[in-house]
Amino acid sequence: MAPGDGSGTTRRFRGLRLEAVVALAGLAAIWQIASLFVPHFLFPSIPEIAARLLAIFTSWSSLADALATSARILAGLAGAFVLGTLLAMPMARSTAFERYAYPLLNFNQGIPALSWVVVAIIWFRGIEFRIFFIMVMTTLPAFTFQVLDAYRAMSKDLFEMTLSFRPSRLDLLRALIWPTVLPGILTAWKVNLGNAARVVVVAELVGATGGVGYELLQQQQLFDMAGAVAWTLVLVIFVLVVQGLITLIESRALRYRAVAEQAL
Amino acid sequence: MTADPEILFEQVSKTFGRGGGEFEAIYDLSFAIGRGELVAILGKTGCGKSTTLNLISGLIRPSRGRVRVQGHDPYADFTRYRGKIGIVFQNDRLMPWRTAIENVALGLELNKVPRQKRLEIAASWLQRLGLSGHENNYPHALSGGMRQRVSIARAFAGEPDILLCDEPFSALDEHTGNALRDEFRALLRQTGATSIFITHSIDEALSLGERLMVLGRPAHIAYEATIGVDMSETEREAVRGRIRRVLAGDAAEQPA
Ligand SMILES: Nc1ncnc2c1ncn2[C@@H]1O[C@H](COP(=O)(O)OP(=O)(O)O)[C@@H](O)[C@H]1O
Ligand SMILES: [Mg+2]
Repeated sequence: MAPGDGSGTTRRFRGLRLEAVVALAGLAAIWQIASLFVPHFLFPSIPEIAARLLAIFTSWSSLADALATSARILAGLAGAFVLGTLLAMPMARSTAFERYAYPLLNFNQGIPALSWVVVAIIWFRGIEFRIFFIMVMTTLPAFTFQVLDAYRAMSKDLFEMTLSFRPSRLDLLRALIWPTVLPGILTAWKVNLGNAARVVVVAELVGATGGVGYELLQQQQLFDMAGAVAWTLVLVIFVLVVQGLITLIESRALRYRAVAEQAL
Repeated sequence: MTADPEILFEQVSKTFGRGGGEFEAIYDLSFAIGRGELVAILGKTGCGKSTTLNLISGLIRPSRGRVRVQGHDPYADFTRYRGKIGIVFQNDRLMPWRTAIENVALGLELNKVPRQKRLEIAASWLQRLGLSGHENNYPHALSGGMRQRVSIARAFAGEPDILLCDEPFSALDEHTGNALRDEFRALLRQTGATSIFITHSIDEALSLGERLMVLGRPAHIAYEATIGVDMSETEREAVRGRIRRVLAGDAAEQPA
């Protein structure tokens, strides 16, 4: 990864802030105009959608749905991250292991989320475990490759220098490996967050009786466009908030680079 | 020189597997360096100087022969030398995510010196190298010369018994390098550590070393001299000429 990637993203966000507002406001305006001419059940008005969104955030039971989905996303990502790291470490150390693991992960990347839903339903009973399994299986390859890349990008010079002080394994991990891979890991979380949010609603089809995916299915059956849009927005808002948090962590943890960026 | 040499090479050879074939970087190299000696090793690029240092620091092991540092095998007993060997590399090799003072304190930290204590030591070394006020700067905010000063401080801060310096000024521009070299000589003499200074510059070797070893290719000792402080300029010039001839002759002997 090129140095400055993380803060580069930050800067891109900052630079686009105004344009983002304009673009989204424009989209809302077009939608609102369309709602004036098109049947209400196809294009519900913006105030209507906003009211539904507000209702979701103010009713405890629907808020619980949103939180459940958020928790599933984060749990799945955490699981994939831990497993991906455990896979990436031996892959980085042994070419033989990598040669076996790589095609399997690649193969896995081609499997659609819906196939994992079917597999999970047939294999497992517990609904939460099914969802966790689907989330992990779908985000694992990307996480593994990203952690591996981050590790590979470690400077051989710095490795040799650190080794010359004869650190314990734990110290080597703490002093060199962790700071080296951290930027890549933060980027990986950001990228996979979007994927996970898209997968989670599919995963919730395994029989969840709550969550954004479940609610979306309800809206579909009720033919309720305003509800569908509102629930979709809940998910989008969650992704944006968490991405913002990661960016915040990035700008703190990688401030040694953020400063370098300013000098460019 | 005491009975037990601090660093001992006995008929050391090192071959690297390269593209299916074998490449001999060091051939039958033997020498002994006593405690507190200041040795300059001179040789052309690619003759195996860095490989020699890596053997001493135990990062690699000899293909044949024996390497002993303070009587032990530096490769097999790798962690035994924690805090005992300091290395100044050709490039600064600073961790970009650490400030200058944290970089200097790295070795102390890995050697479990308490935080307060190691920061005090690191600060005093930064001061000795003229970097007061830059303690909290990240490497990117320092010039090349300053960064190399930080890396020198890092190597010295642990007060190692042995200092290995691998062409530490060759990546710097001439002016910066020369200025730092004079300070560096003073530091080396003050520490009393056994020091090996690698260079491909004859002048640098003569000005820094008390003893001088010229390596041929593959690394073996082609010429050795002792440099006294009281040496006259004529005597120095004679040594210079001799080294030049050895290095030139060595080139002529190179197999095609
Ligand atoms: N790990 C390695 N694998 C293969 N060849 C190496 C390795 N390390 C050094 N060499 C080779 O050994 C020779 C000596 O290298 P080195 O000790 O770095 O030379 P010097 O420091 O004197 O310039 C060079 O030809 C170099 O290419
Ligand atoms: Mg070298």
